[in-house]
Amino acid sequence: MKIGSLISMAVGSVRRNAVRSVLTMLGVVIGVGSVVVMVAIGQGATKEVTAKVSRLGTNLIVITPGATRTGGVSGGAGSQMTLTMDDLEILQKEAQEISAITPVLVAPSRVVAGGANWRTQALGVSLDYLKIRSWEVQSGRYFDTSEFQSRRKVVVVGQTVAQALFGEEDPVGRTVRIREIPVEIIGLLSRKGPTVDGADQDDVILMPSTTVQTRMAGRNFLGQILVSAADPGRVDAARREIAVILRENHRLSPKDPDDFTIKDQREMAELAQGTTRVMTLLLLVVASVSLVVGGIGIMNIMLVSVTERTREIGIRRALGARRRDVLAQFLVEAIVLSVLGGVLGALLGVGVTAALRQVTGWAAEVTISSIVLAMGFSVGVGVLFGWWPARRAAALEPIEALRFQ
Amino acid sequence: MTPGTPVVETVALCRSLTGADGVTPILKGLNLRVEKGEMLAIMGPSGSGKSTLLNILGCLDRPSSGTYRLDGVDVGGLDDDALADLRNQKLGFVFQGFNLLPRTSALENVILPMLYDRAQRYADPEVRARAALEQVGLGHRMNHHPSQLSGGQQQRVAVARALVTEPSLLIADEPTGNLDSHMGQEIMALFSSLHAQGRTLIIVTHEPDIAAVCSRIIVLKDGQIVEDRPNSAVV
Repeated sequence: MKIGSLISMAVGSVRRNAVRSVLTMLGVVIGVGSVVVMVAIGQGATKEVTAKVSRLGTNLIVITPGATRTGGVSGGAGSQMTLTMDDLEILQKEAQEISAITPVLVAPSRVVAGGANWRTQALGVSLDYLKIRSWEVQSGRYFDTSEFQSRRKVVVVGQTVAQALFGEEDPVGRTVRIREIPVEIIGLLSRKGPTVDGADQDDVILMPSTTVQTRMAGRNFLGQILVSAADPGRVDAARREIAVILRENHRLSPKDPDDFTIKDQREMAELAQGTTRVMTLLLLVVASVSLVVGGIGIMNIMLVSVTERTREIGIRRALGARRRDVLAQFLVEAIVLSVLGGVLGALLGVGVTAALRQVTGWAAEVTISSIVLAMGFSVGVGVLFGWWPARRAAALEPIEALRFQ
Repeated sequence: MTPGTPVVETVALCRSLTGADGVTPILKGLNLRVEKGEMLAIMGPSGSGKSTLLNILGCLDRPSSGTYRLDGVDVGGLDDDALADLRNQKLGFVFQGFNLLPRTSALENVILPMLYDRAQRYADPEVRARAALEQVGLGHRMNHHPSQLSGGQQQRVAVARALVTEPSLLIADEPTGNLDSHMGQEIMALFSSLHAQGRTLIIVTHEPDIAAVCSRIIVLKDGQIVEDRPNSAVV
């Protein structure tokens, strides 16, 4: 029997039992629909993360104190005070592969403005900091060379800090007290939103590192050194150079492990994407379960259908259908059911994704590959769960089948 | 088919069933020869083996021993697929219960056997099916479903379906059993006209009226032919 006749026969049979067919398909519809939506959400999240990371600048290199160790107990990067301002100066002097460098001197502080106060981190940074982070000043200005060299008490604040202290008012020109020291706000950073791991990048105060070093008594530490590689294509070379200089400066013997950690944007991206990938996979597994349940629904109805149509099978065999014709007929019918369910499910998925985007503002995005995947899966479900009922139909003896009432 | 080859030829045909209480013989060494153009009635009481014989002649069942040649082809050595092809190409069935596919139009029912034709002998199955339905007088009801047709009309659709492949042998099992006498006569008239066209028919019946229009009558009893006579009334 030709495949064309098989398909039109199957479609005819599905249409004759329209209500039952729709109910049978429902499992696959929901399964495919949820796969499409889950992948759309996962893809959207991954894309957003990638965009965020690339906004950090492609040649950003982050040096943190402390060693990375895989396995065993580790204090974690940043837990030791192995990075010093001396390292910064050496790198500034000797490294050829870097174009900009800034310390990140962390000074946890309470900021007071009139009646309002806010606990945050004041960061002592160099003039290069904005360029290295690709950040921008929204109003006012960043501090200049003379202010940096003369250790002036000026700061640039992030949106969260400004909001907390002054509400909607423009903070530029106002004076606040940080650790009881009065400082002048000269600039407001533009909004950057949370980082990929959820930290608020706008909850920040930037001031010259020279000022932090000399005028801010209290617990300060060098949290990071940020570096821009001179050439984005030579990030690895820059990392090697930095490691060599730091190891020499720390007088590490060749046997000693690094007591600092160097990361670039690529690793941060991979880390962040890894997390969303795991989430997507998890959601996908849940969605696949409903596809399997849908398949079992199809098998159930196909088994009922084979019993119900025993006489029809007998008639077809008497008219010259071979066993494999009967097998093909029921298999194609199961596949038509599941593919139809798959198409409806894909449409449903596209609709739900669009609605989600409208309602929640997530960057969910339906991909062609997820639709292809879901459709492939539903054909697979049809074959897998249609096989057994079809085999039972084909195994019927014509005389027995004809005698069936 | 070479001239002189019988349509049906059985030699020492036996069929027995193996059940809980041992082997029960149903057919006990039947020798039967049906020539082309004959219209044969098989009669006999219930349990005489009529249906079993018909199943074997219709290639739906196999003999336990003995040989059966249909149109010169020895059926004994054929596998399941070959039997299916033989049913498709050389046999036409008309059943007591019509056995049309429900919720399927008369036309589609008649097209059905041509869809299973592996030799691809039919260029346009739909045209042939229409012609066959017109031949049985149902040209005006082709798109009706079986439930919209009377019993007699349904049986005529079944006859059209059996004839559309030009089979060597038409097998009918109590074709009038589910019909009132008027409709039964209609169907028998149809069979007689097919006989007049030179077709070969075997009809199982227990109604003497039906047998009376056949050219030859055999009577089965306990799995054996106890009577075999030509019907001189029908030429």
